[in-house]
Amino acid sequence: MSIWKYANPRRFMGWSKRLVPVFAVLAAICLSVGITWGYFFTPDDYRMGATVKIIYIHVPSAMMAINVWVMMLVASLIWLIRRQHVSALAAKAAAPIGVTMTLIALITGAVWGQPMWGTWWVWDPRLTSFLILFLFYLGYLALWQAIENPDTAADLTSVLCLVGSVFAVLSRYAVNFWNQGLHQGATLSLDAEENISNVFWQPLVITMTGFTLLFIVLVLIRTRTEIRARRLHALMARERTA
Amino acid sequence: MPDLGKYGAEVLSAYGATIVLLVGLVWVTWRRSRAVRRALGAAEARESDG
Repeated sequence: MSIWKYANPRRFMGWSKRLVPVFAVLAAICLSVGITWGYFFTPDDYRMGATVKIIYIHVPSAMMAINVWVMMLVASLIWLIRRQHVSALAAKAAAPIGVTMTLIALITGAVWGQPMWGTWWVWDPRLTSFLILFLFYLGYLALWQAIENPDTAADLTSVLCLVGSVFAVLSRYAVNFWNQGLHQGATLSLDAEENISNVFWQPLVITMTGFTLLFIVLVLIRTRTEIRARRLHALMARERTA
Repeated sequence: MPDLGKYGAEVLSAYGATIVLLVGLVWVTWRRSRAVRRALGAAEARESDG
């Protein structure tokens, strides 16, 4: 049995229809519990005060900004290698979610940075690579809109996605590569010395799970819409020539 | 409500911007999904009629 049969558009529409409500409920539960716990029931940080509450939206959105691009990269590679149409449409469907997550990370980071660093923005390696990632997202979306032939658009956007992956990796590891700038290192670490305190860690992990589940729900719905839109486009073209 | 002290504006504006963007994303996704589904339904009905 091959996993590729699940990428058949008809099969995809079948299994995704069953999964969407399940993941939607799980996402709502995780987001409600994580945000409520983090916002209302965690103490202030001894250095950052109440601004530490921004961690519950900043870290999950920044994580998703990078992970969505990685998902788009995998889907683009599948398109380039195997020509699976659903994978190209899934990458296209994920991009607006990724650009929103990147924007949330940039806004919440600036709002958090102002009282902590004394500035909204600094050309720090991590911040700069995130801004470039945001511009790559916009370029990716613009390229899909600019090309009429869907297969050509999928080819070119896949190549753009490969190039942009450099900045997705830089966004994650910029602090380690350059070891400079204002932004701190990883918030979560397997090293107990570096990892944040349990009192912040537990609601944060739940919120990160909620953001991940929300992404899965949205990307499934948007991919289903793209499949329908392509079918609609084909029917309209047939009507015009009839 | 937790006491946000002197950082109330920063914390609330960060949460506010996030909620607006996420709700907007969900709304746009749902609205386009519904519009395309209806349009496809109408096109398929015309196809089967014609």
